[in-house]
Amino acid sequence: MSDDRVTLTPKQKRAQRSRSIALALALAAFVILVYVGTWAKLGAKILERQM
Amino acid sequence: MAVLKKNASVETAIGLSEANASDYIALLKPRVMSLVVFTAVVGLMAAPGHINPVLAVIAILSIAVGAGASGALNMWYDSDIDAIMKRTANRPIPAGRITREEVLTFGLLLSAFSVVTLGLFVNLLSAFLLAFTIFFYAVVYTMWLKRSTPQNIVIGGAAGAFPPMIGWAAVTNSVGVESIVLFLIIFLWTPPHFWALSLFMSDDYAKAKIPMMPNVMGEASTKFQIFLYTLLVVPVAVLPWIMGFAGIVYGVFSIGVGAMFTFYAWTVWRAPVGPAMIKPAKKMFAFSIFYLFSLYAVLLGEILVRKALFLAGA
Repeated sequence: MSDDRVTLTPKQKRAQRSRSIALALALAAFVILVYVGTWAKLGAKILERQM
Repeated sequence: MAVLKKNASVETAIGLSEANASDYIALLKPRVMSLVVFTAVVGLMAAPGHINPVLAVIAILSIAVGAGASGALNMWYDSDIDAIMKRTANRPIPAGRITREEVLTFGLLLSAFSVVTLGLFVNLLSAFLLAFTIFFYAVVYTMWLKRSTPQNIVIGGAAGAFPPMIGWAAVTNSVGVESIVLFLIIFLWTPPHFWALSLFMSDDYAKAKIPMMPNVMGEASTKFQIFLYTLLVVPVAVLPWIMGFAGIVYGVFSIGVGAMFTFYAWTVWRAPVGPAMIKPAKKMFAFSIFYLFSLYAVLLGEILVRKALFLAGA
């Protein structure tokens, strides 16, 4: 197997980790926003739909 | 297939990013965003009617992200002149931390998310106004006006003036005359604010070939126009009290700070052209930020007190 892989420098690793954490937090916040926003917008009507 | 080499410095050249999350936050122009959020909150709180608090938070978040997106699109388009100007040379693109393509994608994605979120959870009018604001700032101001006319910030100032109107529309699903007054205060405040800055940063703007008023019409004309626009914004800022959607505290305060703002503009106008003008221009610039912030803060304070008294009486 070839070892021609990218080796990140410590600075690149730190930067990548920082971006990954920020992206995860942003995605989690968006999921919560959609969930809470749907309840606030529709309220109990969420449960009044036909199955 | 061996495509990538092991040498890290070469890898940086082929596109491995060293950008931190903070660089992406810088693309959103957090300081501009904070003023946008603040004025949008005032518009939302000043509006008659009721909005679910959760939806109000979503509205403000969407407006904030939309403002950030237009900041990113501005940095994408202006990266060439940002590299020339001292004030902007360390922004993520000219500093080489993020590529232009990444910033364009980031700006477009955030624009789409903010507008769609506002439209789905709040109402279509506020979403349309947010989309128009992003378009106005990124296309009309950044791509067109900024490099072509000394009236760039006069017309472009509309983009910064829309947030209270969007906040108002989020609650009422309409654009009332009151929200137009809130719009006009920021719109008419923008020229004296930015021209005061350009008086002591004109070399930077000239280097980047941006046709700011002092470089095109001269400093004497700019100083006079600063004074004229100040004479326009000060009475407009009193209108919320005259029209009855602000109280006596705001009325007296707006007249007081308006008189001080006029005084600062007068000292700029009367200062001789040249280095002697820099000090009054800097004072005018600093006071202009306090002026707008304090007007909106007092208006917000009054609204909160009124709502608290209403709740206490209910």
